[in-house]
Formats: sequence, C-alpha cells, structure tokens
Amino acid sequence: MGSALSVLTQYDIEEVQEHCNHLFTQQEIVTLYKRFCQLDRNSKGFISSDEFLSVPEFAMNPLSQRLLKMTDGLNFKDFVAFLSAFSARATVQQKIEIIFKVYDSDSNGKVTFKDLIEVLQDLSGAFISDKQREEVLSQLLQEAGYKKESSLMLDDFIKILDHQGLKMEVEIPVD
Amino acid sequence: MNKLNTSSSELDLDRPNIEDYLPSGSIQEPHGELRLRDLLDISPTLTEAAGAIVDDSFTRCFKSNPPEPWNWNIYLFPLWCLGVVVRYMILFPLRVMVLTLGWIVFLSCYFPVHFLLTGQEKLRKRLERGLVELICSFFVASWTGVVKYHGPRPSMRPKQVFVANHTSMIDFIVLEQMTAFAVIMQKHPGWVGLLQSTILESLGCIWFNRSEAKDREIVARKLREHVHGADNNPLLIFPEGTCVNNHYTVMFKKGAFELGCTVCPIAVKYNKIFVDAFWNSRKQSFTTHLLQLMTSWAVVCDVWYLEPQNLKPGETAIEFAERVRDIISVRAGLKKVPWDGYLKYSRPSPKHREQKQQSFAESVLRRLEEK
Repeated sequence: MGSALSVLTQYDIEEVQEHCNHLFTQQEIVTLYKRFCQLDRNSKGFISSDEFLSVPEFAMNPLSQRLLKMTDGLNFKDFVAFLSAFSARATVQQKIEIIFKVYDSDSNGKVTFKDLIEVLQDLSGAFISDKQREEVLSQLLQEAGYKKESSLMLDDFIKILDHQGLKMEVEIPVD
Repeated sequence: MNKLNTSSSELDLDRPNIEDYLPSGSIQEPHGELRLRDLLDISPTLTEAAGAIVDDSFTRCFKSNPPEPWNWNIYLFPLWCLGVVVRYMILFPLRVMVLTLGWIVFLSCYFPVHFLLTGQEKLRKRLERGLVELICSFFVASWTGVVKYHGPRPSMRPKQVFVANHTSMIDFIVLEQMTAFAVIMQKHPGWVGLLQSTILESLGCIWFNRSEAKDREIVARKLREHVHGADNNPLLIFPEGTCVNNHYTVMFKKGAFELGCTVCPIAVKYNKIFVDAFWNSRKQSFTTHLLQLMTSWAVVCDVWYLEPQNLKPGETAIEFAERVRDIISVRAGLKKVPWDGYLKYSRPSPKHREQKQQSFAESVLRRLEEK
C-alpha cells in the first residue's frame, strides 16, 4: 500500500486493520479512507500540512501545530494508526500514550518542564503571563511530588492522568 | 487562488459566536481544586482536533458527490451507452446550434441598439434588458433547463436588493432569464470576463476582487449608489460569496444587509437526479462545467421568490443576514453551517484560537483562586 489507491480492496482493509490493532471496524476504515482521499487533494498518498489546515475547525485548534508535526507525511495506514488512539475501543493507556507523544516533541521519551510550559503556552496564549504559567506549573508539580528539574516519563503520565474521567473518543460516521 | 494569508479582520469582526454551533460534548466545565492532572490533560482539545480531521462541516459544503454508477448490468449497460450516444451525438450538437443561433440573434440586435440608440436612454435600456433576458433563455434552453418559478416576479423598484443562495454561475443565468438583474460578481478571466466587461456592464453590474481587502469599501459604496438610483436594474447579490454544493448554506456576508433597503430573498434548489449543478471551481473551469451541463439530460430546478424582509428594530445587520439565510435555507431544504465561505481561500483568523485560549486561561486562573 505505497502510494494512494483509488480503490480499497479487502486485503488492504485487513492490512490496515492489523496495523491499528483492530481498533477500528472495517466500515470505519472505509470511511476514513474516503476522508483521506478527500483531504489529499492531488492523490500524493499523504496529506500535507496545508491540506490539514484547510479544515477551519482544525486550523483553529490551539494544538494544531504540534499535531501537524505528528501527522506530516503519514500514508493512509499510519494515518489510521494515529487516529486509532481516539477510537472508543482504545484503552486508557493508549490514549495517555498519544497525549505523552504530543508533549514529547523531540521524541526522546522524556517530557521536561520546558515541554510542559510550551504546551501550556499553546493552550492559554497571551491570556496568562509567562511568569504565572511557570509559577502555577511549578506549584502543581511540587504538590504532586515532582521536582521542577526532573522530567516525566510515560509511567508518570499514566500515574497522573489515569482516572475515570479521561474520555478522548471520536466517532467515525459510517454511512 | 491558494492564498494562505489569514482572512482580514474586517471579514469576521462581528461574526456570531462559532462556539455556539460547534459540537462541544467533550468539554465539561471543570471545577474544584486545580491539580496537576487538570493542567496536563489535553484530551478535550485533542478530541476536537481529531474530530475535525475525521469529519468537518466546512469541507462537506463543497463536496460534490459523484453519481453512483448504475450501468453495471448486462441490460443496463447498453441502455446507458445508448443514453451517452443520444446525449453526446444528438442532444449536444442540437444544443450547440440553439446556443449559436441565440448568440447570433442577440449580438445582431444588441450592437445596433447599444450604439445607435444613444439618444433615447429609456428605450435603449428597455431593449437591452429584453435582449439579455433573451440570451439567458437561450442558455437555459441549451441545457434543456426546466425551471419552475414560484412566487411573485421581482418588480423594478428602488431601495430593494435581491439575495439568493449560490451553487454555480448558472444561478445568475437562471434568474436573469426572468428578470434582468444587475449583479455583483467576482471578475473572472477569459471569455467570461469579456462578457462581464461588455454586455453585463450595460446592465449596471458591479465587480469586486476577492483578494483585495480595501475593495470592500469601494464595493459597499457602489452598492449603496446603485440601490438608491430609481432607474437602475434591480440588484442581485449572492451573500455567500462563493459556490456551495446546494445541500448547505454558508454564512451570509452582511454587506447586502446594511444598505438600508428591503431585502427580497430568493431560494434556488437544483434537482440532482438530472445533473449536479454545483460548480466546484477548484475542480473544473466554467467552460468544462457548461459542457458538462450541455451533455446531461436536463437541468431541473426550483426558484422561489420569497417575501421581502426589512431590518427589524434592534436587529443588527448580521442578525438580519442570518434571519434571511434561515428563510432561504428552510425553503430550499438546505442545512446551515457556521462558516464563512471565504475560508475556502484563506485561513481562519487567529481570533477563534484566541477565544479558546482565553476560556482555558480563565478557567485555570479561576480554579487557582479557589485553592
């Protein structure tokens, strides 16, 4: 499944399903394929950042730039794998993993204080001063038992974020 | 055509709040003491982003659904082939002939009228109007257009504008066939532009250029002048500003609604069974679009002239625009989406992102104080 195909065969669907650990049904994969082809305007086999940004709802999202780094150049198989964390069937751990990846912009398995501040900056913009952001984050880290200088690993994230309320699902319309 | 600049702040300074329209099911109002997990939990924002990647109401407006192929059967396929032969070999040449005849008649009457009757303005204008209506009828005939008009025909009165939903440039031709409107349009290149600058100019049409920000003020002034002139042809405006696929309506620009005159809504709905009249200007040129129409069976549509509306006391121009959009959408069976059609050509303004950032920041600061 290299470059974009115009028709998805049963084999292709199964291959994609395998790749995303069966987190999507075959119907959902077909819908995602139609969407992929719709966004990939000149059938290059991947969706460029520009094409993602042509969706106004996505362009308005504060985390769009970070997500673009993760979705840039993905072919369809990897596109589905990326979205699989948002499936209703994904485990809480898989969801926390993708949250971790969004923070860990240099992909070295560690989330530093700087990474945390940067994401907070994306989310709050000019409406909280830099100084206040640092103060709040330091205070909360301390209360949770972490030092400002230490970096957080995936396990720390799981410990902090794993609770009943974590809901991160997207419904794939199936027509 | 792919300008990446953010849309000028003029375009959406006082838009209604998009947040009211967008799904926000995953965002619960957070409360209680602020903890580390609240700061680190970006799941609501990520869910919104992923939701937009999977499906979004803006892209849906410009999707032209390819017709389902029905000719896969042993007896249906020959029938379909016969249909193709009839459409391309019989109907198409006939239609080209009709159109050519129409142009010959039109041009041979138009130029004498335009240049020889320079003394008698009223008579000349009347004849020119009749001639434009004639050539539009020829166009409609060349697609075997079946247009049903409902409601009272537009009358020539000052201080009124007509607004309609926009699916393709043929909207203009379908409406022009009945009444010689003066229309406000994007200036096009090629043969369309030539027609615009010669014949349509005489109707009093106004041109704008989407990519020029200052253009808006000039156009607004021209609109106001036109509407207040008693002798001018009734003005037709497509407030969506771009072609939409006849299933949705995008937000109406308020320009047509702050001219201080009555707004007469017109709803246009095409019957897709015969042909999909949506002109996807990104996918095909107008010439290709016309050729596609001329090789289909027919263009069937309904046109409803709806009750004229006035600005209600205490209503802003935007509320007025939304109210009229509601009237048109209900009549033509279209769904409303909260997007500015110009987002086809530019990115959303940073104001929307800033709104989200502001609400996040305020919630964090508020909960901090509760500690």
